[in-house]
Parts: sequence; C-alpha cells; structure tokens
Amino acid sequence: MKLPIYLDYQSTTPMDPKVLDAMMPYFVEKHGNPHSRSHSFGWDAEEGVEIARKQIADVIRANPKEIIFTSGATESNNLAIKGVAHFYKSEGKNHIITVSTEHKCVLDTCRHLNQDGFEITYLPVDEKGIINLEELERAIKKNTVLVSVMMVNNEIGVIQPMKEIGDICKKHNIFFHTDAAQGYGKIPIDVNEMNIDLMSISSHKIYGPKGVGALFIRRKPNRVRIEPLINGGGQERGLRSGTLPTPLIVGFGKAAEICKDVMEIEYARIKKLSDLFYKEIVESIPDVYLNGHKEKRWPGNLNLSFAYIEGESLILAIKDLAVSSGSACTSASLEPSYVLRALGVDVELAHTSIRFGFGRFTTEEEVDYAIKVIKKSIDKLRAMSPLWEMVQDGIDLKSIKWADH
Amino acid sequence: MAYSKELLDHYEKPRNVGSFDKNEVGIGTGLVGAPACGDVMKLQLKINKQGIIEDAKFKTFGCGSAIASSSLVTEWVKGKTIDEARQIKNMDIAKHLSLPPVKIHCSVLAEDAIKSAIADYKTKLAKINEDGTENSDPAKAAG
Repeated sequence: MKLPIYLDYQSTTPMDPKVLDAMMPYFVEKHGNPHSRSHSFGWDAEEGVEIARKQIADVIRANPKEIIFTSGATESNNLAIKGVAHFYKSEGKNHIITVSTEHKCVLDTCRHLNQDGFEITYLPVDEKGIINLEELERAIKKNTVLVSVMMVNNEIGVIQPMKEIGDICKKHNIFFHTDAAQGYGKIPIDVNEMNIDLMSISSHKIYGPKGVGALFIRRKPNRVRIEPLINGGGQERGLRSGTLPTPLIVGFGKAAEICKDVMEIEYARIKKLSDLFYKEIVESIPDVYLNGHKEKRWPGNLNLSFAYIEGESLILAIKDLAVSSGSACTSASLEPSYVLRALGVDVELAHTSIRFGFGRFTTEEEVDYAIKVIKKSIDKLRAMSPLWEMVQDGIDLKSIKWADH
Repeated sequence: MAYSKELLDHYEKPRNVGSFDKNEVGIGTGLVGAPACGDVMKLQLKINKQGIIEDAKFKTFGCGSAIASSSLVTEWVKGKTIDEARQIKNMDIAKHLSLPPVKIHCSVLAEDAIKSAIADYKTKLAKINEDGTENSDPAKAAG
C-alpha cells in the first residue's frame, strides 16, 4: 500500500490509465483541428470528437447532438444559467430559482445575474440537506424561467430528488438545469425520465482529463435556447466557439464509456467500503456525526463532524490521508462551510468536519488503514482538547460565556 | 498549507499537554477563544511563592497553528517570573513558528492565554488575602 492515501475524490479524480491510452494518438499523430474539413487530419480528429460525444450522451440517454463541449462544469453552469437567462429576458422571464447549497460557481453566477437585474430565489434545505418540493413549487412565479438544482452535493454527497423536481418544472413549463458534476457516471441518470433540460458535466470528476466538460442542452420535444458566452468561429453550433481540445474530449468520452460499463459494480463496491468505514468510525468513536441524509446520498462521500476536534488539526494528524475539511481554518476566509451552515449544523460542529471521498482506486486495505489512523488521531487530539475535557467533567459548553474573537 | 519545521515539531510532539487541578492554590488558569471561532486554549500556570512559573500545561481545541502556539508558550513561560511572562508578545510566537498571515490570530490567542492565566492567579490570590489569611504566601494560605 502506497502512502499517502487519496480520499478526496470529490475534489478531482486520477485519470484512468485506459483514458490516457485513448488520448495518446490525438496529441501528435492525429493532431488535426476537428473543424478542418479539407484533409484527413481534420477528419480523424472530428471522428474522435464525435465518438466521444456519443459516449458522453449515452451515459444519460441523451442524443449526441444535445451535448456541447466546454472547459468544465464551471463553464457549463455559467453557460446554462446565464445563457438561458439572457435568451429569455426579452420575454419578460427574469426569475431564477436555485438552492443555498449549490456549488460556488452556480451561486456566484446567480449573484452576477442578480446585479444585472435578475431576480433570484435561493431555496433553503432541511437539516439533511434536501430541498422541500412544496417550497420549490411555491417559489415558482409567472416570470420564472429556470430552476437550477444540483444532483449530488460536492461537500456532503446528498442527492436531490431529480425526477420530482423535473416533474414540477415540466408542469409549470420552466427549464430545469442540474449541476451533475458529482453525479454523472456514478449514479443512473435518464434526462428524459427526470425531465432535465440542461445538465453540467465535468470530465475530471469521472477519471477523465482536467480542462474539459460538457453541457447537455435539450433539443426535443422542447428545444432550450441559450445565448453563448463565448463568441467566435461558431463551433458547437454557435453556442461555444473555440477549437475543441480533441485529446481531452477523446479522454472524456473514454472516461464516460468506462463509467457506464462499471457503474453498477463500482456503486456496490464503493457502497461496501463506505459502509465499512462509517460503521467502524461511528461505532467506535463517540460524538461523530454524519452531515447530510444517511440514505439519499452518493456513498463515495462521507462528511463527518468529529466533535471537540478542530478539522484542520485532524487533517494534520492524519497526514497520510488526503482529505478535505469543512473547517474554516483550511480556507483563506476563516468561515466554516456555507453548505454545513445551510443544514443548520452548529458553527462549533462545522469547524470539526472532514470529507472522506472514496472512488475507483480506493481499496479495502486503504480503508482499513484510514480507520486505524483516524481512531488513533482522535484519541490523541481529544486528550488535548479542553472542550472534550470539559464535556467529560459534565460541563455544558453552551452554558459558558465564550469571548468571541 | 505549508507549515514550518518548528510548527510541525510542536504540533506532532506537543509539550506539556495536560491539566492541573484548577482549585489548587498557585495555579492560574486561562481559558480563551470560543468553539464557534474554531479555537479554544486552556493554559495553566503553576506559580510558586516567589512569583516564578514553575510549570505550565495546556489543552487546545484548534488548528495546527493554535496547538503549536500553545505548546510553545508552555515552554517559554517556565522559569520566568509573572512579569517576564507577561512580556511575551504574539509576534515573537508568530515569528518563531513562522505562522502564515491568516494564522496570526493563533499567536494572539496564546498571548491572551498567558495574560488570562496570570489574571486568574492574581484574582485567586487576592481572594485568599481577603478571606483573612495573614499573608500572601499561597502555600500557607492553602492550609
């Protein structure tokens, strides 16, 4: 077993070696511009791109024509939300509904639209991280054009009720966009069954190369129109100009194909590892809490709060494990995670949270090792924690008047 | 975050972790910070009748910088008089551990902890004197 152990699969994933193999010919040998129509270099590159487009569409039962390539999910989210907002603005539709726990790139995009005069509703989530469907329906107004709700949350792994949201959007004739960066290729998705109109996808979250992503834009039965962000040579049917990065796209396609092939087996395997980890940690360590819904989640993401231990100090202690923290102290802002705060997690507990991510290359041996390291570190840090000591002495921490600093 | 060798050394091998009985005479306890802010330091000083800090212990809830800062001050205060200990400045701690700018507040907290522990010691001492003990000798006052 090699150290450190990578347990940060929500942040990014290593490329599958089969993906790299698929990409290699497109760097030197088949180097053509896929938009070149006058020679075989261009034709070869175009063929690679179109195969990939189909591989990516197949995972979500979409038509390849409904896929356009971007630089990643951040661009896809920008393009979907700003693109729809600007296109339908002239029809008087200027209201967008999203959720307080969305990825920063969705929230920031909405913030910018708000500054440009659009109206944004941020739906709250319950203490498990899930939106309330009745609340969603109540938020819909005459001028609502788009509902944007992420599929799988990047910080806590909870899955929003896609099909139910899709049904509501269809009923009210509103477009439904989802940021599926963390869900695509990992859980079954059917854009037709779920009534999804736009979907953002990222390559590097599915063992593909970094720097490429896609946006699914529905064509049938109701075509979604968007205004492009990038203007130029009119590639991607005018929606995203710029020469396509053929090697990245070929790798992305291969990664999507592998995900589709192994989805069922991988889901079961990761669920088993995640269950083992959860059971061992929660049952043997007191005062550990899972953030987010216990069942409605992608099992490859476990966000745990270890009460009375600050997140960054735990990360330092388990330095052989590469993980992320919801703690403020690992970020420049010194504010604990807004996602955990949206769930109503106490600031105190938000400071103690760590995200463990399991993926395709995580082994049972690694999980066993991680459990051992975590248990040992918790013992050490709690022995050092004045809060733990006070709680053991029967002191209610809430009864103490802390001096804020 | 890339931490200095000194900081990691204190984090990995923290000195003087533990607690004294806070009711014991001669023990000054400082508890500073807040759980909501992500760091709480408890620093305890054992002060003899000459006003010299004989021993120090800490417990800290906080990031690596907070733990290392508290560990460092327990080493620094030992053997110092109360007045000397009060001279320890947060910037000296920050400099010694090469704290990154966003972690300077950890050293401020450690400085506060020293002052708070000394203040607690003095309050206790004053109370003992008020209670009618003949002199300020904490050892005798205890009886």
